[in-house]
Amino acid sequence: MDPVLLIDFGSTYTKVTAVDIDEPRLLGTANSYTTVQTDINNGLADALIKLEQTTGRLDFSARYAASSAAGGLRMLASGLVPELTAEAAKTASLGAGAKVLKTYAFKLTEDDAEEIARLSPDIFLLCGGTDGGNTDTVIHNAKVLHKIGGSYPIIYAGNRNAARECERILEGREVHITENVMPAFGKLNIEPTQKEIREVFLARIVQAKGLTQASELISGIMMPTPSAVMAAMKLLAEGTKTQRGIGDLVAVDVGGATTDIYSVCEGLPDDPRTSLKGLPEPYVKRTVEGDIGMRYSIRGIVDAAGLDRVAKIAGLGVERTAEIIDMFANNTELLPTDGETRAVDEALASMAVRVAVKRHAGRLEEMFGIGGLKLVQTGKNLKNVDKVIVTGGSLIHTEHTGRIASYCFYDEEEDPESLRPEKADILVDRRYIIAAMGLLSEHHPEAALKIMKQELVKDDSAK
Amino acid sequence: MEQKKKTLVIGVIGADVHAVGNQILYHAFSDAGFNVINLGVMVSQEEFIAAAIETNADAIIVSSLYGQGELDCRGLREKCDEAGLENILLYVGGNIVIGKQPFDEVEKRFKAMGFDRSFPPGTPPEVDIEALKEDLHVED
Ligand code: B12
Repeated sequence: MDPVLLIDFGSTYTKVTAVDIDEPRLLGTANSYTTVQTDINNGLADALIKLEQTTGRLDFSARYAASSAAGGLRMLASGLVPELTAEAAKTASLGAGAKVLKTYAFKLTEDDAEEIARLSPDIFLLCGGTDGGNTDTVIHNAKVLHKIGGSYPIIYAGNRNAARECERILEGREVHITENVMPAFGKLNIEPTQKEIREVFLARIVQAKGLTQASELISGIMMPTPSAVMAAMKLLAEGTKTQRGIGDLVAVDVGGATTDIYSVCEGLPDDPRTSLKGLPEPYVKRTVEGDIGMRYSIRGIVDAAGLDRVAKIAGLGVERTAEIIDMFANNTELLPTDGETRAVDEALASMAVRVAVKRHAGRLEEMFGIGGLKLVQTGKNLKNVDKVIVTGGSLIHTEHTGRIASYCFYDEEEDPESLRPEKADILVDRRYIIAAMGLLSEHHPEAALKIMKQELVKDDSAK
Repeated sequence: MEQKKKTLVIGVIGADVHAVGNQILYHAFSDAGFNVINLGVMVSQEEFIAAAIETNADAIIVSSLYGQGELDCRGLREKCDEAGLENILLYVGGNIVIGKQPFDEVEKRFKAMGFDRSFPPGTPPEVDIEALKEDLHVED
């Protein structure tokens, strides 16, 4: 046996997962409530005690950690045109596992400046202009950032022709210059920025968030938790040299404050004559719906889906449903206790899945012009994806996971243009191991993949 | 002294799918020394503008082949002004109106819509390139 420990420092829980990499299998998981940021070590120690109560004493050969503690990796990003460099900047940040508080387009205003000062992010990503293109905006924005001051690092991934000037404007600040997120019109180049974000995260953020005290106990790799999830999903889809992956997939993580959707697939049109509009899509894509969550963002679900709809799915009256929703909103720690609260919780989860996957998925529009019909696709085509992975408390602690998750499917009546999966196997992360497997995959991809294949179980409750 | 390459945004506007002329223009303009951002067919006004902003373009060259040019081009200049592209050069060409109409009248209407130049059907790319060099002060 060769046990390895995976740790996830969350904002409320520290979660530990023990695996054997010798004969790959899950040994156990445990978590502990972490109240304040400072006692991160206590949280870890408590979780380990709990873990070893079930697994017995383990002599770990390595310990790896991911973190979304202290609000996660909080980022702000700016670009020029909303659907071009601003979108590219946002996509790059989300793909690096950040929590993107806001994305700005065009020239930053005085109001924006005040907001940026108030939000004081962990990293600011400054973009705008293709190489050789517009420099005015990014230079203006560098001046605004200089004026605001602050000590957070700035990553510059804008027009390369303005890089040096922006660096000079920002003298005294920690500035990391990397390749343009959009070097030529419509070309997405986000990997260099993501690499930079990760390096800054390791060098600075880990310390700033009080994680260094724990680091002597940890042999390596700290990454933002969403990055770990992305790594796991990519591995699961693609496989390794010796093991096959499960192919294209979508992963749904419904949380208390946000709902994260991941897709691993090219997402190209079924019909090659379809024209593609908008930015090219990353093969591994992450989107975060900040207004869709089971507790802190419960109102957003109701706003997006409609109270009537939630009530109907729950099988309750509108008034009773509203009452229960208020209860959850006012007490974010509350878990469903009886039939009615459970029904509302599941109805909300169903709508969270529907709304978030719909926003993640691309659209196929039929344009009737002179000369007939033309198909235009924006975003990713998920129709042929036949595996949906689900994780997140409200989805894994219920028997009806399959039924809730099936709300991610294509529904011709409800929205014929949305390119959501047509039908797929639902695989459930019952023991909440995905992030841990992403961490493990950095050094032991074979073991991580094997364990995911064992642990992600198919749910047929929808049928 | 070498001049900085001028940047052109080109595309076929509206729901128009005529793709051949667009490809020819792309190659002709590139060969003539321009930096060409080709948006292809079925391009909306917003897409022309977004591309021109990011790339700091010097001109937008609109093609329209299917006869709907007048409708599709309406408001483009105003939107450019709105987006801070006040001085950008706007050209249009192809078969910009339905059927055979006296071109001087067509040209007048497009001028009123804010297009610096419009070109009749069958205008070869060379004519366009000459005009661009003149308007953008490009020396050979
Ligand atoms: C091939 C073709 C099609 C193909 C296009 C295939 C494709 N994806 O490219 C198909 C069958 C899809 C098609 C459909 C239609 N077509 Co058609 N099509 C043609 C055809 C026969 C050739 C076009 C072509 O490729 N020419 C060769 C290229 C090199 O020339 P070009 O496109 O004109 O471009 C050059 C110049 O115009 C110029 N130019 C272009 N843009 C600009 C811009 C500037 C600033 C300048 C200076 C110059 C310039 O430079 C280009 C390069 O040399 C023409 C007739 C013709 N002989 O031109 C009709 C023609 C363009 N089509 C026409 C019509 C009406 C249609 C339809 C509406 C028919 C229908 N009712 O279904 C549909 C519209 C579909 C749509 N939504 O766009 C009419 C347009 C009439 C008008 N404007 O008054 C034409 C002129 C036929 C006609 N005489 O009636 N068409």
